[in-house]
Amino acid sequence: MTAGVRTLVVWCPDWPVVAAGCAPGVPAAVVSANRVVAATAAARAEGVRTGLRRREAQGRCPELLVVAADPGRDARAFEPVVAAMEAFTPGVEIARPGLAGFATRGPSRYFGGDERLAHRVAGAVQAVVERLTPGAEATAGWVGCRVGIADGRFAAGLAARTRPEGGSLPVGGGDRAEAGEAGEPGAGTARNAPAVVAEAGWTVVGQGRSREFLAPLSVTALPDPALADLLVRLGIPTLGDLAALPAQAVLGRFGVVGDRAHRLAGGSDERPLTARVPPADLTVSIELDPPADRVDVAAFAARSLAAELHERLTARGLACTRVAVEAETEHGEHLCRLWRHEGALGPAAIAERVRWQLDGWLSQGGTTAGLILIRLVPDEVGPAGGRQLGFWGGAADHEGVARAFARVQGILGPEAVVTAVLGGGRDPLEEVRFVPWGEPRSPARPGPAAGVEGMAVPTGHDGPMCSDAPMCNDAPAGSDAPAGSDAPVVDGGPEEAALAGSVARHPAARHPAARHPATRHPAARCPPPEVPPWPGRLPGPAPATVLAGRRPAGVRDATGTEPTVSGRGVLSAPPAELSVDGGGWSGVEAWAGPWPLEERWWEGGRRRARLQVVAGGIAYLLAREEGRWWVEAVYD
Amino acid sequence: MASTSLALALAAGPSRAGSWVAAVGVPCLGGRAAAELGVDLDRLVLVPEAGEQWAVVVAALLEVVDVAVLGLPSRGVRAADARRLTARARERGAVLLLLPDPVPVGRGAGSLPGAWPESPELRLGAEAAVWEGLGQGDGHLRARAVTLTALGRRGASRPRSVEVWLPGPDGRVAARTAGQGSRRTPRGAESGAESGAARRLADAVGT
Repeated sequence: MTAGVRTLVVWCPDWPVVAAGCAPGVPAAVVSANRVVAATAAARAEGVRTGLRRREAQGRCPELLVVAADPGRDARAFEPVVAAMEAFTPGVEIARPGLAGFATRGPSRYFGGDERLAHRVAGAVQAVVERLTPGAEATAGWVGCRVGIADGRFAAGLAARTRPEGGSLPVGGGDRAEAGEAGEPGAGTARNAPAVVAEAGWTVVGQGRSREFLAPLSVTALPDPALADLLVRLGIPTLGDLAALPAQAVLGRFGVVGDRAHRLAGGSDERPLTARVPPADLTVSIELDPPADRVDVAAFAARSLAAELHERLTARGLACTRVAVEAETEHGEHLCRLWRHEGALGPAAIAERVRWQLDGWLSQGGTTAGLILIRLVPDEVGPAGGRQLGFWGGAADHEGVARAFARVQGILGPEAVVTAVLGGGRDPLEEVRFVPWGEPRSPARPGPAAGVEGMAVPTGHDGPMCSDAPMCNDAPAGSDAPAGSDAPVVDGGPEEAALAGSVARHPAARHPAARHPATRHPAARCPPPEVPPWPGRLPGPAPATVLAGRRPAGVRDATGTEPTVSGRGVLSAPPAELSVDGGGWSGVEAWAGPWPLEERWWEGGRRRARLQVVAGGIAYLLAREEGRWWVEAVYD
Repeated sequence: MASTSLALALAAGPSRAGSWVAAVGVPCLGGRAAAELGVDLDRLVLVPEAGEQWAVVVAALLEVVDVAVLGLPSRGVRAADARRLTARARERGAVLLLLPDPVPVGRGAGSLPGAWPESPELRLGAEAAVWEGLGQGDGHLRARAVTLTALGRRGASRPRSVEVWLPGPDGRVAARTAGQGSRRTPRGAESGAESGAARRLADAVGT
């Protein structure tokens, strides 16, 4: 088995909190999809761990500063770190923000050995990270980065996570919970040189000793958690045990995935040495005219470029594991970065990385003019053999679907093709977020039906998790108004604002059998639920037509005057006739309400009262707001 | 009336079976209603405003989707485009569901904004919708009883009708035993459907 290419890996622990500019002495955590993905040293000292729920983390550390995750911000902030590494050698490749590496053969000779190189890189990167982190020097024992050198990227990455005293640091990025036990420096070596040389900021595993170094580590360090879990259950707890198995048997039992894990455990490269420099015609480029100086313009161009690159690769049966993103500006500046992915880079993954990179360049002042050229060079390709299609053909036609939708986006623009994502909310319009095709499908607000996806990105609608923060007492929406405030609910009548009876006005409260979770009215101090209950939500069925822009409605009572809703949420007279959007009047056959709805009263939110009305055989959702009646939705 | 719900209910079966559903020119589609009626939102793609490129967009989407819910553009569809789309749908085994009115609110409600130049394979009408659960100032909308009528070409030339819950008290579309609810307001809005698969869909809803 051939040993992997000698590689240096720089790992910045808990990069998302560093990128967010949190001082290590301040308890702070970055949260994505309601789970902690990174935390500062102070927060970890209070017991905040990666993977905790946000509420739980706040329970352990009440003063915890919660920051929403932003992959774009992480990538942007990482740019100076990569620039510092590039001062040592070109060809730095980024695995993800917070983790980057390069091959050490040349630089190691130049700087006089792996240890010296590691020391210098650690010093340089540490200085950059300290500049990004306020109050870094005041915190004793804080490390901004760790450097590891070993044969192969996998071993080097684990070496970077190994502390000199033999403990292990928690793994950043939220992909693994534990890095496993770290090897004792120098323990059990029969040879003269110790297998592992470690100091404060760096760890160097001796040449050809990666297998030895990896042997005591747990298989949970493997990049495939599902396989690691299976291996543990099969009684193969360490990488040494896995490497001791015959390669053919592992390949036969676990397929390509197992073969790769076996090769990693043995200290060699992820891929056999069939990776080759691709022929030049796989490079794709696009000229931008007029020059792109905004990220979104450049990123949209890059997306079609990524699809084209992927198409060319698949036509040859190849997959790309490392891609170079190159750009040129009007002033002749030439920028280049390498991105690597553990599996093969799909079109969406390439497009995402290109977007991060362009964002980094354009917003960090790396360019003095707009981009005129973007080029994608598949730097390292191998045969694409590792993907198993779904047994019922599930994944098979997904690429065709993506291509067709991308074509429509090409015709109408990227915002014109959308998919719907269900989230939380109190009215039918805000429950659903329409996400342009190709963007991450994350709901605008957490809700009962929200399927939380792996790396949910905050939408920036309302700031981080704001909508449920003051709602945790779970009083029904109608009773949130401060007692004694004389703000009118819906109409101008300031006379009755106490809103004492509005609990019972919740539509679901009258029907305990209604099937929505909104029917529950938790007591004031119940344990916080995992998803906000959105009290005040209308029970189903939901309207099939939700007007994006509400239409004015005319409502008359039996005497021909317009009914109003008082501060107590009482309708002045039952509606008798309805006219929609200036149309003809039709008789009201049945109606219910009004259900008052007040949102975000503490910062000038909306106050409404809603009514369900059947008129002319059609059911409408009406709302009284700003002294007028509106049609919000049609139960069409 | 009830045409949007009916179209979503028709799309639900193929969607659950793994097909993609597209909605073109339906700017006000309720996402939660689609999910409640059984459409998988992971495989629902929307083009709310297709504008001048309506026919091109529908043709591109028909390459991959099996059900297309279409709100017709206000200026109508050219006969050549309609024939091309119909042929494409038939070739792929896809279904075109034409909504009579993409935004059933306002002055133009009930009228076909842009007519489909050919007579559809099957015309599904939801008539006599009666809402249950709403009283005079109390309750809330819970279920809707509608009478579906199907009238089409060839084998479906004899009108058939079936009483269904759209949706029922449990939120699902189900057949209704006769005698529940009373007939009111027989104002017809229709949902046209193309290709033979539509009949199977209609049968699926009817049973």
